[in-house]
Amino acid sequence: MSVHKCSRRTAPLAGCAAALLLAVTACGSGGTGGGGDGALTVWVDATRMEAAKLYQASHPDVKMNIVSYDGNANGSNYLQTKVQLFNRTRKGWPDVVFSSQNNEATWAVDAGFAAPLDKGLIPQPTLAKFAKGANDVCTVDGTLYCLRNDLSQVVLWYNAPLLRKFGYSVPTTWEEYQALGEKVAKEHPGYLVGDAGDSFTPEIYLWASKCGANQITGPKSVSVNTTGEGCTKMARLLDVLVKNKSMSISGVFSTDFAKNEADKVLLMPGPAWFGGAVFRDGLKTPAKQIAAAPLPQWRGETSPSTGNVGGGTWLLSKHSDRTEEAADFLTWVTTDNAYQGTKAPGFPAYAPAAENWLKAQAAAGYFVGDLTPLKDASAQVWPGWGAGQFSQEAIWAATVKPGLTQGKTVESMLPAWQDAIVKYAEADGYQVTR
Amino acid sequence: MTRPRLPANASRLSTGASRQSRAGVAFVAGYVVLLIAFGVLPTGYAVYYAFTDAGGAFTGFGNFVDTARDFRFVDALGHVALYLVFWLVSLVVFVVALALLLHRLASGPLSRTLRFLYYIPGALAGAASVLVWLFMLDPTVSPVSSLLEVLGFDTFGEVIAPGNLALLFTVIAFWTGAGGWIVVMYGALNNIPRDVMEAARIDGASAWQTAWRVQIPMLRKWIVYMVILAFAGGAQLFVEPQLLSLASVGVAGRDYSLNQLTYDFAFQMNDVNGAAAVSVELLVVSVSVAGVFVARSGFFDAD
Repeated sequence: MSVHKCSRRTAPLAGCAAALLLAVTACGSGGTGGGGDGALTVWVDATRMEAAKLYQASHPDVKMNIVSYDGNANGSNYLQTKVQLFNRTRKGWPDVVFSSQNNEATWAVDAGFAAPLDKGLIPQPTLAKFAKGANDVCTVDGTLYCLRNDLSQVVLWYNAPLLRKFGYSVPTTWEEYQALGEKVAKEHPGYLVGDAGDSFTPEIYLWASKCGANQITGPKSVSVNTTGEGCTKMARLLDVLVKNKSMSISGVFSTDFAKNEADKVLLMPGPAWFGGAVFRDGLKTPAKQIAAAPLPQWRGETSPSTGNVGGGTWLLSKHSDRTEEAADFLTWVTTDNAYQGTKAPGFPAYAPAAENWLKAQAAAGYFVGDLTPLKDASAQVWPGWGAGQFSQEAIWAATVKPGLTQGKTVESMLPAWQDAIVKYAEADGYQVTR
Repeated sequence: MTRPRLPANASRLSTGASRQSRAGVAFVAGYVVLLIAFGVLPTGYAVYYAFTDAGGAFTGFGNFVDTARDFRFVDALGHVALYLVFWLVSLVVFVVALALLLHRLASGPLSRTLRFLYYIPGALAGAASVLVWLFMLDPTVSPVSSLLEVLGFDTFGEVIAPGNLALLFTVIAFWTGAGGWIVVMYGALNNIPRDVMEAARIDGASAWQTAWRVQIPMLRKWIVYMVILAFAGGAQLFVEPQLLSLASVGVAGRDYSLNQLTYDFAFQMNDVNGAAAVSVELLVVSVSVAGVFVARSGFFDAD
């Protein structure tokens, strides 16, 4: 009798508790804001927080919900993970989002997240003023799905006073660069002409050498050939300099690089954002030391070709119910001088803002000389390397970097690298030609 | 006079019993609700997903075959198997040895201090203790950098070479998980009747013989219990490799363990059904192993 009573009483209790739990979990999963709560939800990384706050300050009438996340740094895939979940719960998508990855459009279009921007959202005259090729990574099947925040063309950064002190001149060809590395190893052991320890290494060096490891030939097709001449000659150069230790394999973002090698950098090929993010903020190199030169080219070539190492993108959600406000924010954050022209840490993708940014950098006086090589390099990105859905950086980090640490040569690992790219590309549904 | 007494007594008894059983049901109900909401329902959901495709159509074992054919699957399986061997062996050997040692030092303040020390790492949340280890393993910032250098490691990259990972994850997991088990084993050792130990001593058993022939056999059920839970936990290896992968900027691959692979299937490749298939496989393996251990050890036999 009493048991019967109990079960009658507990059944609704259990039901209530279960309903409550479900309600709580439902709230938890969709609680990151997004369309419908009356505010423009913007997701940014720590660096872009300033941009969002600046917009809010100059547009007090726009109700904003600024959310800080990791910006998908280091291929964290946070955004992709969240979008997949929001797609399931059918709510929660941010209206505008910044990502430090260049290949977001490739999955965001498939996932039905990214809104087309060149079909009336952003006026054509504005789009026309982005640097040539800047928005290529945002274009899927001829439609534009994101706006580039900054360009990441590679230049040869160097420590001007140190180079002068050692009596060296800036190399203009890769052959000269290698010769200088061999000289540095002998005459000033411990000093560095570059770093091959980051996951960006293939994009800084092998892309610049026109290595055909990653040619996206269609929406779902890629050509992978890591053993062509462009790849092997740069691999051999890296091997020589890694072996004589004039090139580090620590990685500029590692703790040991910052501790042991920060003041040993004589030269360093690296993208535009290295200037602020690595030298000024990361390695704390004092002002009036770092200068930029054009990236070397192979002897016989007419101009350098560079890689496109990162550079963030801004996406607008297809699910946004505040499209106009979102488009206004997107336009402002990528083009307005108040942020891009003066405060942005990287080289703006929007050409008029880039002009202003170069002037602002000159006025700030951190770099030696002007940064014109950056402007020239922005038109020298080799188009034979694309932004696919699979992360080239992650593949290099997992397949080549450990071998490098164990003392294997890059050249010997080129076939293994190719094998890994092919497998990851195929797993993501790409047709691969070798 | 006697008549009313008996029923009164009986009714008191029955109200007491019913109050007790009601309290019991209330206590269990909370657990049952949570179990259904966060255990049974998600499991059922996963099984449903594992046998259907994105459109909800039944696919039989299609998802299982597709995921097993993924080029990372066999590697991940091997990694997890190797890790489980290291982890279970070290857990059984060291936890039992340390608990016995602790028990021998039972009286005296040293035991209390040791019990506290063993327990501390377990009190740290999983991710936090992995972060502690990321510092410990980086020779540039590690407080034991000289030890790492003696072992031949000068950089973080050398420490986290792919061949070292199974061992590293074992060390991290042991440090975070073993303390709690030592305390549990210590409690179990205290439960061994005093006269049994006394008899062993009178019979002239050495400390080693007492441990080997009396204490360890009497700990058997606890050891089995630990192995079952450690196996299930170890097969789901995720936090350690995932955080290490982020900290090493991808050097310690994002697809080291099976659970990482399911995460990749679900969120990187938008294949939730494949992810569910792998997680169902993990569940089946863990439950089967537990079944074998329970059956072989007489786990549920009354003493």
